[in-house]
Amino acid sequence: MFSSLKVRISQGRQYIVDLRKASPAGFRGLPVIRATACEAGCTACLPVCPTGAIALDPVRIDLGRCTFCRECELACPVNKIGFTNGFKMASDTREGLVVREGAGEPSPVKVSQGLKQLFGRSLKLRSVSSGGCNGCELELNAASNVNFDMSRYGIDFVASPRHADAVVISGPLTKHMHEALERAWLGLPDPKFVISFGACAISGGLYADSPELDRGFLGRFTPSLYVPGCPPHPLTFIVGLMDLLGIQG
Amino acid sequence: MSALVVDPAEHTCRKEAFFERLRAQLSEGARLVGYYGRPADDSGQVVITAVLSANGKLSVLRTGLSRPHSHRALSAELPAFQIFERELHEQYGLRLHEHPWLKPVRSDAPYPFYSLKGKEVHEVAVGPIHAGVIEPGHFRFMCLGEVVHHLEIQLGYQHRGVEALLLKKDPRALGPLVETIAGDTSVAHAWAYCEALEALAGVTTSFEAQVSRAIGLELERIAMHLASLAGMATDIAFLQGGTTYGRLRTTAINSSMLACGSRFGRGWVRPGGAWAKLESGQQATLRANLKLLKDDLAIINPHLLGARSVQHRLKGIGRVTREQAIELGIVGVAARASGIEVDARADLPGPVHLRYGIRGVIENSGDCWARAVVRIREIDESLRWLEEVLDAFPTCSPDAARVGALKPDTLAVAVCEGWRGEVVHCLETDAAGGLRHYKVQDPSLRNWFALALSLRENEISDFPICNKSFDLSYCGNDL
Ligand code: SF4
Repeated sequence: MFSSLKVRISQGRQYIVDLRKASPAGFRGLPVIRATACEAGCTACLPVCPTGAIALDPVRIDLGRCTFCRECELACPVNKIGFTNGFKMASDTREGLVVREGAGEPSPVKVSQGLKQLFGRSLKLRSVSSGGCNGCELELNAASNVNFDMSRYGIDFVASPRHADAVVISGPLTKHMHEALERAWLGLPDPKFVISFGACAISGGLYADSPELDRGFLGRFTPSLYVPGCPPHPLTFIVGLMDLLGIQG
Repeated sequence: MSALVVDPAEHTCRKEAFFERLRAQLSEGARLVGYYGRPADDSGQVVITAVLSANGKLSVLRTGLSRPHSHRALSAELPAFQIFERELHEQYGLRLHEHPWLKPVRSDAPYPFYSLKGKEVHEVAVGPIHAGVIEPGHFRFMCLGEVVHHLEIQLGYQHRGVEALLLKKDPRALGPLVETIAGDTSVAHAWAYCEALEALAGVTTSFEAQVSRAIGLELERIAMHLASLAGMATDIAFLQGGTTYGRLRTTAINSSMLACGSRFGRGWVRPGGAWAKLESGQQATLRANLKLLKDDLAIINPHLLGARSVQHRLKGIGRVTREQAIELGIVGVAARASGIEVDARADLPGPVHLRYGIRGVIENSGDCWARAVVRIREIDESLRWLEEVLDAFPTCSPDAARVGALKPDTLAVAVCEGWRGEVVHCLETDAAGGLRHYKVQDPSLRNWFALALSLRENEISDFPICNKSFDLSYCGNDL
């Protein structure tokens, strides 16, 4: 009894009151592409990028591929690329994940009136890991912990696809999980939607060239939300969902 | 952390001598660390390498076998070879007669499940997708009533072709990929990769860089042991444990993020050194975080371990005896919970662990309780160790050395004690100094079978707690 009280007191209050205003110290998140001009003909950042996330003229970074590894920042001779601790990187479109020079945060997730009406007060998620390395899976679990406490907005992970409104996919989509993913998706009742969580799910990430993948599912079902990162920060996920569903917080 | 670098030709012998020496060394007390194949120049051959550890030293033995080769499986007498021989059978078609169970390790080729015969026997199949947010795998329980007589584990769903991808890029640029082999033990895999690569390049990293890596490794261990403890507490509905260990894990991973930008230690370790920065400001926060962990663990640990309900749910459940653990060659936390002293930080120490020693933790009961207590005690030891090292290094922001060309025709083996157990990376170059072969071994590969054993004669409802008490990697097995 006493030890239980001591634990309760030490636990204190842990939840982040306003998730949108959080500032994760040290987090390597949203890149900035500075106005500094590139050296003529320089392509130093291209070969070091492990996922082909960078394009030049003008410099752009595709957050759907980026692993936030920092290789480009270190390779650049003119310090054009840097990283901030910004976590608002989710997008409701694939193109919305491309960061351009001087653009700041990617275009904010647009509220989907349809999804807001259906799921704005209660959203149940079924996670399917298809080659996820447990980085994404741990961060998805963390979204429900006492710090981020996603449940306060009526958003929870559920065990059965039958109880779910959306499937959250992590990992690059392996061949060996193809059938299980299809069957889980069939198990979700309509209306339902797809969320791509992490660089692997969005683009294949570091595994894009592997012959062991079958990404056909995502060719047929376009995600309603893309959550970049390797793995994504729980804040990127929860705030992205709140924006999509028009949840004020 | 230790690396061995050899000219493999000097350790190659004919197959008769190979098997003879291998058996002799094992019977003299050497421990099997790894046993793997690689394609030979002649496609009719496969090259077999055994990695052994004895008296604080790694060694290798090698031979070539013609394909399709058939011989009596070593597993028939030495069960520690079972998973390695299954892998050899799958990858190179070796015909290993008298192997008790050549079930595929990763391929989805059909292979019959064991089935229990009897009137009231029933089977329960779960997965690959499970109830929680967790990687996929299939488990089949063969039960009489509630009692599990056998658990068969079928993995491979996560197979991403890692080892093939590792050969497609510049061997010096594999950091990000290596960190996702098993993404919750990124620092251990990255360190093993870098240590082997640096050995091939003849680069010696600075002591400070080694210290930085070792700090990252202990932070990762603390964070993941806390995650396992939170999971175990939740699985037995001891909710204060779940929320408190979960909250403390946040403190630990945010400490990693402060140093390297990632809650998973991504980008902490890179070839030639470490990118993580621990300047005085970061170190002050890190120390405050470690103090908070120490203080609050002193409150939650006795609360958890003193609770009768927890003792009742963990003691005697999921037992793996010392004999079983030795026979199967189990490693890491699971081995230490069954009374086996195996910890690469102590057995194969690099310069940092030679100077700043880690006190090994051993429990003897081999059950879920022992696996929980090993974690709790290891966190305490990691915290003590970090304090000692941070005192000696008030700042730690090493520069990275340049890693140049790799020595041709050389094999480097590195072993790093990650939070689950030993992570083994074997890199071998060809005549031109390019990477010819990359073998990755996550501790999960060897320990999955221990989970299956632990379930025998336990109730099926004990599966979640047994599974969490091992907390193995699916990706690390499936590669
Ligand atoms: S940080 Fe992103 S864009 Fe830059 S090199 Fe790494 S993966 Fe490529």
